[in-house]
Amino acid sequence: MEPKSLTIDAARSAVQQRTASAISLTESFYARIQNDDPKIGAYLTLCKERALAKAAEIDTLAEKGERLPLLGGVPVAIKDVMVTKGVRTTAGSKILGNYIPPYDCTAVARLEAAGAIVLGKLNCDEFAMGSSNENSAWKPVHNPRDLSRVPGGSSGGAAAAVAADMAVAALGSDTGGSIRQPASFCGVVGLMPTYGRVSRYGLIAFASSLDHIGPLTKTVRDAATVLGVIAGRDPMDSTSAEVPVPDYVTELEKPVHGLKIGVAKEYFGEGLDTEVRKSVEAAIQKLADLGCEIVEVSLPHTKYAIPTYYIVATAEASANLARFDGVRYGFRAPEARTLSAMYRCTRDLGFGAEVKRRIMLGTYALSAGYYDAYYLKAQRVRTLLTRDFEEAFKKVDAIVTPTSPTPAFKLGEKVDDPLAMYLADIYTVTADLAGIPGISVPCGETREKLPIGLQILGKHFDEATILRVAHAYEQAA
Amino acid sequence: MVTAADSSVAAHARYEPVIGLEVHVQLLTVTKIFCSCSTRFGDPPNTNVCPVCLGLPGALPVLNRKAVEFAVLAAMALNCRVNETSIFARKNYFYPDLPKGYQISQYDRPLAEHGWIDIDSEGGTKKIGITRLHLEEDAGKSLHEGFPDAVEKTAIDLNRSGVPLIEIVSEPDIASPGEAYEYLTRLKEIILYTGVSDCNMEEGSLRCDANVSVRPHGQKEFGTKTEVKNVNSFRFIREALAYEIERQIELIDSGGKVTQETRLYNANEGKTYGMRSKEQAHDYRYFPEPDLLPLVVDEKWSSQIRKLLPELPEARRERMVVDYGITEKDAQVLTSSKALADQFEEAAKSAKNPKRVANLVQSELIGRLKAKGLEIEQSPISMKGVAQSSDLVDVGAISGKMLKDLYDLCFQRGKDFPVVYDEEGRPQQSSDTSALEKIIDELIAANPRQVEQYRAGKKTVAGFFVGQVMKASKGQANPQVVNELVAKKLG
Repeated sequence: MEPKSLTIDAARSAVQQRTASAISLTESFYARIQNDDPKIGAYLTLCKERALAKAAEIDTLAEKGERLPLLGGVPVAIKDVMVTKGVRTTAGSKILGNYIPPYDCTAVARLEAAGAIVLGKLNCDEFAMGSSNENSAWKPVHNPRDLSRVPGGSSGGAAAAVAADMAVAALGSDTGGSIRQPASFCGVVGLMPTYGRVSRYGLIAFASSLDHIGPLTKTVRDAATVLGVIAGRDPMDSTSAEVPVPDYVTELEKPVHGLKIGVAKEYFGEGLDTEVRKSVEAAIQKLADLGCEIVEVSLPHTKYAIPTYYIVATAEASANLARFDGVRYGFRAPEARTLSAMYRCTRDLGFGAEVKRRIMLGTYALSAGYYDAYYLKAQRVRTLLTRDFEEAFKKVDAIVTPTSPTPAFKLGEKVDDPLAMYLADIYTVTADLAGIPGISVPCGETREKLPIGLQILGKHFDEATILRVAHAYEQAA
Repeated sequence: MVTAADSSVAAHARYEPVIGLEVHVQLLTVTKIFCSCSTRFGDPPNTNVCPVCLGLPGALPVLNRKAVEFAVLAAMALNCRVNETSIFARKNYFYPDLPKGYQISQYDRPLAEHGWIDIDSEGGTKKIGITRLHLEEDAGKSLHEGFPDAVEKTAIDLNRSGVPLIEIVSEPDIASPGEAYEYLTRLKEIILYTGVSDCNMEEGSLRCDANVSVRPHGQKEFGTKTEVKNVNSFRFIREALAYEIERQIELIDSGGKVTQETRLYNANEGKTYGMRSKEQAHDYRYFPEPDLLPLVVDEKWSSQIRKLLPELPEARRERMVVDYGITEKDAQVLTSSKALADQFEEAAKSAKNPKRVANLVQSELIGRLKAKGLEIEQSPISMKGVAQSSDLVDVGAISGKMLKDLYDLCFQRGKDFPVVYDEEGRPQQSSDTSALEKIIDELIAANPRQVEQYRAGKKTVAGFFVGQVMKASKGQANPQVVNELVAKKLG
């Protein structure tokens, strides 16, 4: 069976009906990775032994004629910021270059418990900090749709692996847009669930109050399936919510007719590429054609989102990354002779430029005398941004926006201009700050055949509605 | 001539010390504050650890409810107001035994505030305010000895990492090293009563840092303070404070200025030394811990916890004075630990005459303990033993003299009263009159002069005969019976 365009249901039923074995399917994915990944760079580590052992387990079930679990025999891959027991996990950083975790991330464990076969670990920006995957300490990722372009970031490896059929689905993480923006750049579906919907246990923290785990898939249905598997309260994560998890796949089939869809002018301003605007406007028209009511809404504090985000996220990151000190695990500068030299050299050599920049920014924002002006004020603005959404969602069921102001840009184009790079997340950071769910679904291409993404934002814990809208659009488009 | 000592006294009269204490107490939970690892002390290094307390990438803290209950219990015992909502915060600093590079603590919204305890001071009872009580996690331990390449390496033991602590911060209400000592003694006593900690300073389950400054009498503003750390007994804290106060006064008097700094106490020399300023240039960059929800101790939970609050030493002492007719001072001794007070009360209640038990402790036990230099917890005679001896006296089975002798034997042999009583063949004071009568007859026959004196009206001579009978019976005769018999025979 060929990995090309394989969805979760197709893979699972093939294994269930024995038209392909899980082992042969796994092997065919590894063959494809061996063949195609050298020019794409999506994978950092393969875990064949673990994958084949799991595949054998699934094959045994299938041979016995037992009903396979939801992801039985489905080859998936994991962004390298989620820890995997016994499998090297680097977070895209040299400082964890030799790090083998002793436990599994809850989301990964849940995937495997549902029968998924984990092929390996996916490239990403170092500690998920970046919008182009060029901040990976190991290698850049090339966009499968145009190898001269970036796949987006920070889950660039995840988006590229799914787009290039090197995994049926992938888990990514989203702190400021890191699932949705690369999904839009690579032409796949990327879902960021509500904060608290999916356990963060085992996700190497970038910014704890903003980090989300979510799926990147080829179809909206697949995203719904994966979310159903990984969602739900985990006693190991105090911030994971005790909110019932609906059957997302069943919910997909509900009609969208009569849903109120909000459009906010703040997401169609300066800096929005005209081709992207056209595609998104066409998508909005399509939703209207499907019977949705299009309603104009206002999200007045949107313009403060980027600075707010870069204070909150970097402040939390400055503490989250303090544990990488060379004392207990990971890289330690070999030549340091004193404790403070060990700290300095380890962190200087172990972290890349962008990570250091953000640690510095965050440390500054939390410093005595600056805390009120920066961190505290940013938290207040964050509350205002959240209220914007709460107000808007009194009037509408979902809000649609472009996922990113531009299609995928060229490798190297923005590496020397961090501020320009930060603006690549301008339409995605708001949902992270507000804790609401968002999905990016492909909505056409530019003349250069570059994918464009439509972002659909929803109410807290209402992934079902945005999945339903995304699914209806995907089917109609 | 003015001596150095005189000028020191004069200087002390001009300055008053201002002291505030920060006490860290380990809570006796079975598991750590944010994971389910054991808190057991003394296990081999790095055996009670997991991804959470090792600070491994991706691990997250989950709050131990028992730790909250213990902290709330301590807060209530210290008269604090427990905040319904408190917030955990990250205290950021690099140290090898701090695995995450930050300590999860509480900062601007602590668990409890506005408490106090009463202490005895020169001017009578004094209230010492408690600013706040908050929950936090302990760090690990750096080891500099006890392993092969200790000369060039430091080892880290993270068994202690994540053990729950409460930090209790006093108001700067403490005015002398003696008051500091008294405050710590009372604080420890109260915490021990609640049972939330063993307050064992050797094992580090109670640690204390002291902030101290001096100011001229009458001045409102505080002087510049120093923080004295690394002090591991209440006595050393008293000494360290006395030294530090002296040092600051001398410094100011000689035209110098006190520098705000952390100073370490060297117990061998009895001196404090300033740490290099580089090591203390801390900006902890506190901010709310995003991995934990705000801690809510609502009315319901709080009242459940309040039910677990035992009678506290102060109240217990007052009650015991009334119930057992003992002095304030003896009540103090008997309540020095909750276990002892419990034992005493249990024994006293089961005894025929509770007051006698209290009296025996007061008149027979404490003196002997003092002579031997023992604490009451080390007494060979248990409270049960005291109760048994009290009952024996009460039914007239043994005399007071016999009790004294038996107590002496208990202390000589280091054995409890019931054991020694058995070893001695359960002696009874004699009331076999025929044997006594025989002794008395012999004595009358042998002492005709005394008999004559008695019969001539000198009744006090009876005492001579009674004494002789007691001696002959080796103290085991019932004195009352002897008195009656002697009077009868002489009459």
